[in-house]
Amino acid sequence: MKKTVLNPLHHEMGGRMVEFGGWEMPLHYGSQLEEHHQVRRDAGMFDVSHMTVIDLQGERAKPFLRVLLANDVDKLKQRGKALYSCMLNEDGGVIDDLIVYYLDDRHYRLVVNAGTTDKDLAWIGRHAAAYQVEPYPRHDLAMIAVQGPLARGKTLPLLPEALRDAAAGLQPFQAAWTSDWFVARTGYTGEDGFEVMLPETEAAGLWRGLHAAGVAPIGLGARDTLRLEAGMNLYGSDMDESTSPLESGLAWTVAMEPAERGFIGRPALERQLAAGVTRKQVGLLLTGRGVLRNHQKLHVGEREIGEITSGGFAPTLQQSIALARVESDAPDELSVAIRDKRIPAKVVRPPFARNGKALVGA
Amino acid sequence: MSDIPSELLYTKSHEWVRDEGDGSVTIGITDHAQELLGDLVFVELPNVGDEVEAGADCAVVESVKAASDVYSPLPGEIVAVNEALAEAPEAINESPYAEGWLFRLKLAEQADLGVLLDADAYRALEDAD
Repeated sequence: MKKTVLNPLHHEMGGRMVEFGGWEMPLHYGSQLEEHHQVRRDAGMFDVSHMTVIDLQGERAKPFLRVLLANDVDKLKQRGKALYSCMLNEDGGVIDDLIVYYLDDRHYRLVVNAGTTDKDLAWIGRHAAAYQVEPYPRHDLAMIAVQGPLARGKTLPLLPEALRDAAAGLQPFQAAWTSDWFVARTGYTGEDGFEVMLPETEAAGLWRGLHAAGVAPIGLGARDTLRLEAGMNLYGSDMDESTSPLESGLAWTVAMEPAERGFIGRPALERQLAAGVTRKQVGLLLTGRGVLRNHQKLHVGEREIGEITSGGFAPTLQQSIALARVESDAPDELSVAIRDKRIPAKVVRPPFARNGKALVGA
Repeated sequence: MSDIPSELLYTKSHEWVRDEGDGSVTIGITDHAQELLGDLVFVELPNVGDEVEAGADCAVVESVKAASDVYSPLPGEIVAVNEALAEAPEAINESPYAEGWLFRLKLAEQADLGVLLDADAYRALEDAD
């Protein structure tokens, strides 16, 4: 199993370690529920060094990314601005979802998922050659996400002085950097905060500094319930190569305009749109008793109309929620097969919670 | 190191059993089991009056992580369930052998406590896990 540079600190801080995407990572450090609330109410830190930072450099980096990604990097007009996008195959299936940062016209930075890194690099490399663009995975960098209402305030004093003012002035979805540190006001929790990329050699120092400032370490368990409450998709659960972004709640990330931008997967999406998209993603709130889980089947009467793609207990709502893929004509009142019972659930519009507050409820 | 009270009996599937001395037993899940499950968020209990066989799945405990069946290690009739768990499933994490009990069983005539493990045998099993 691969280990991040912070692995010894996870053990030291009581992390219950599990295998995740080939990495030994902390599931929690005692209580997943407490960690969840800590992030909604105060500040928590996540080791996300298992994710891969890929720098793309070359004169034609921008035209390359306008073909590689379903969202359009031409929207990025200001240096440091970030964009969320899917990377599609020719059939319109999602190879991965990622964040792309615009550093300058010949330099972009991608952050991709851990479990998909090898196939992402192979895919990017295969298409990059024609543009003389070199994808360069930054295995020398660690990444720490600091999230929560107090996260930015607790992080700023620990940043290199040269970066502090710029980091303090960042708008959401924007980044600032020095030669080796990179700070973005992004995250995967529905809370304010930073994601900090920094040299591996300095990661333990930042982790300890944050801990001393009262930022609690948070495991993958709470990371999952936080992102689910925030209505954010998880690659491999809510979408994968067999589903298009249009049936995964990600149509908003696909830039069909301008019509002449021929990105990979576009013809497949156009065919799907012309034929009519037959499935859609919805949010679900369990109104009966129980816990929604991945792969539970959804019904209207005796008709099966879909499946849960991410389900769980939402600590902020004290109720169970899910993301699900259902037939396009599914009504708002459904039932979920939980063991041998049918439990009522209703369709709601994600996000379920954000910035410390529940946004839906029974 | 998990807590394994010496006065209780145990099963390989991590239930504990307390002999109430009146022909009934109280059943819950062990400290080790709640530790493996993580924070409990939902409990489904049997109905009072249900007749259960030895080895029957008769309750479900769900944590943030997963759902897990609870088996009745002995045959009998359910005579009480811990209603408080509906509102406070975390009692199982905080107090698995007291406030976190699941149900009480009036033993059938053929019930044999001898099939259960004592604390030493259960500890040996946990150590081998």
